[in-house]
Amino acid sequence: MKPLLQSIRLLLVLTVITGAVYPALVTVLSKSMFPRQSAGSLVVRDRQVVGSALLGQRTTSEAYFWPRPSAGDDGTNYVAVPSSASNKGPTSADWITSVQQRSAAIRTARGMSTNRAVPADLVLASGSGLDPHISPDAARLQLDRVARTRGLNPEQRNTLTQLVEAKVESPTLGVLGEPRVNVLLLNLALDETFPTARR
Amino acid sequence: MSQRDWLQLTVYFGALIVLTPILGGWMHRIFSNQSHVLRSLLGRVERAIYRLGGCNPEETMNWRQYATALVLFNGVGFLVLFALQLGQHLLPFNPEHLPAVPPALALNTAMSFMTNTNWQAYSGEATMSLLTQFAGLTVQNFLSAASGLSVLVAMARGLVSRGSDSLGNFWTDLVRSTLYVLLPLSLVFALVLVSQGVVQTFSSSVEVTSLEGAKNSIPLGPVASQVAIKQLGTNGGGYFGANSAHPFENPTPLSNFIEMLAILLLPAATVDLYGRMVGSRRHGWALFSAMFVLLLATLAIGLYGEFQPNPAVGGLANLEGKETRFGIFNSVLWAGTTTAASNGSVNAMHDSLTPLGGLMCLVNLVLGEVVFGGVGAGLYGLLLYVVLTVFIAGLMVGRTPEYLGKKIGKTEIIWVMIGTLVPFAFLLLFAAIAAVHPAGLASLGNAGPHGLSEILYAFASMIGNNGSAFAGLNANTPFYNLLGTAALAIGRFAVLIPALAIAGSLAPRKVSPPSAGTFPTDGILFVVLLVMVVVVVSGLTHLPALTLGPIVEHVLLGRSF
Repeated sequence: MKPLLQSIRLLLVLTVITGAVYPALVTVLSKSMFPRQSAGSLVVRDRQVVGSALLGQRTTSEAYFWPRPSAGDDGTNYVAVPSSASNKGPTSADWITSVQQRSAAIRTARGMSTNRAVPADLVLASGSGLDPHISPDAARLQLDRVARTRGLNPEQRNTLTQLVEAKVESPTLGVLGEPRVNVLLLNLALDETFPTARR
Repeated sequence: MSQRDWLQLTVYFGALIVLTPILGGWMHRIFSNQSHVLRSLLGRVERAIYRLGGCNPEETMNWRQYATALVLFNGVGFLVLFALQLGQHLLPFNPEHLPAVPPALALNTAMSFMTNTNWQAYSGEATMSLLTQFAGLTVQNFLSAASGLSVLVAMARGLVSRGSDSLGNFWTDLVRSTLYVLLPLSLVFALVLVSQGVVQTFSSSVEVTSLEGAKNSIPLGPVASQVAIKQLGTNGGGYFGANSAHPFENPTPLSNFIEMLAILLLPAATVDLYGRMVGSRRHGWALFSAMFVLLLATLAIGLYGEFQPNPAVGGLANLEGKETRFGIFNSVLWAGTTTAASNGSVNAMHDSLTPLGGLMCLVNLVLGEVVFGGVGAGLYGLLLYVVLTVFIAGLMVGRTPEYLGKKIGKTEIIWVMIGTLVPFAFLLLFAAIAAVHPAGLASLGNAGPHGLSEILYAFASMIGNNGSAFAGLNANTPFYNLLGTAALAIGRFAVLIPALAIAGSLAPRKVSPPSAGTFPTDGILFVVLLVMVVVVVSGLTHLPALTLGPIVEHVLLGRSF
């Protein structure tokens, strides 16, 4: 009986320490040291929260760069609660069909020949369904469409190319991770540089 | 693999090997009752905890008392977590007004977190209230890891004990693991994670309007504090359903690197701790080498598979279920380490790995989580194989087998057989039931051999106390929740109890000095033999099942189901 009573009492004490003091301490320290990060790295434009710099969001307008497809696409949003992946295996018939359809749609839209490779990240869904990034190639592939839709002249188009290249994030310290482009931040910069075509 | 990938691999394992003896030495100070900085800082807190808990830190326990205290403590923790989920709708810190967790799911989840598994048949952000997350799940993240560490140090004490049957004191081991190892490490890790963008707040969500005017709700919460301990304590249970693939749990390559390092950090350091405790650091490093060889071998399979383009989709790179910022390499490295250590967090969806990538994970799981494995749990699991190895070596040369100078007898070998074979037997039994029962098959998310892999993975993960999943399988059904609860308990206690029993049985035994005929347990021969024993025992048991799952799928790659 004694160890049972000790268990109950000790659990109570340790719950207070690890379940209340610890998270509260981390929260207080985070808020003072990293106020923006701890609150979700929210991005505000025109006094409106347009999203988090860390979360991908659905953009389908021709005037914007598009993110990766998401298993959480409900037609208006990439649903954030709950986050979701396709969880389809490499021999799944459904998955193969949907990947082929996405590839075909991109080829048609860009007028690409079938022997030119589509960037894999543009047709394969991410693990979180909220991947904020695309590969630099996937961003460059969309340059033409965005420039055309926004009615950019050749000089402006050059600016746009530079904008995209400036938004390419390199691997951390040149070693960790992959080169990538944050789609939301790129689109915000796009609206700022070429505001007239904003829609 | 690119040059940069090789560099990442080198940096990763380099950091691990450098940190292992540092942390091992630190833990040795703690568990051998020496003075240390944190003790002078938090010694009063430690004593206050014993006073409030009514525990006498001077008391010593034999293996039965130690096991009883541990089982009771874990049992109470299980019941509290179960009750917390059932009553979360009546309790505070539930801003989203989430309903009570259904009983079968709550049962499975409570068992899962208590056993250091963190198998999750739910999506955290849509199921668990803030209170359940930070006062229930986070707490068990600490205490289940602390329990595993306690068992390991108790076992080490038994193996080197000279005549006494004491394994130490469970309460002090538990409290010191928590207070001096897990809490300080987690605190530092959590803050580094927040600096990278991991969320930490007690508000639960924020409404946003996207660039195209769509309204969306972004979930927030005390994420960093939970992610830190889930990575360090080989727990793996994500705050969000997408786990460490979710940008709010793992936003940058740097956060990914340190989370990945945290997966192996404590399991590796406990090997050095053990070497120091039994008085042979060379033996510790021999065990480390055996684990490392197995890890590299499985990683090679996974990396080879994932870098092959998939012919079924015109040779696209395998990025389904993977995040752009991590790419293929970091996703495979994580998948390999998280399944070797019984962590189970993921930064890419394992269900969408190539057949060989999935095979890597499954092999790690069915090796019984002894390749680094859970905090404490991996090493005490491997020690069962070590006893088996010296036993077989003894038989081969016709001498009474010895380990650390203690003669191995019938009792120990019986416990070893229970600890190694019982979990495997139940793994295959449960998977077989699921593969023929309609309730098991109804949950499948993929057809063909991949479907069998999903079932195998589920039970291998739960029995191995890993917690990762081929998540296409809908595990939130009464069938999987209930059968899974049994699997989780068997996987934990059918290894933990034999480990303590062996320590208890060897503790009073005399230590005989090494002689010319003693099989040395710190050389290459020992490492090779140990690796072989692990591979043969697990391989013979699981190869037929693996053949029908990922191996057949690999052969059929390009076909569809």
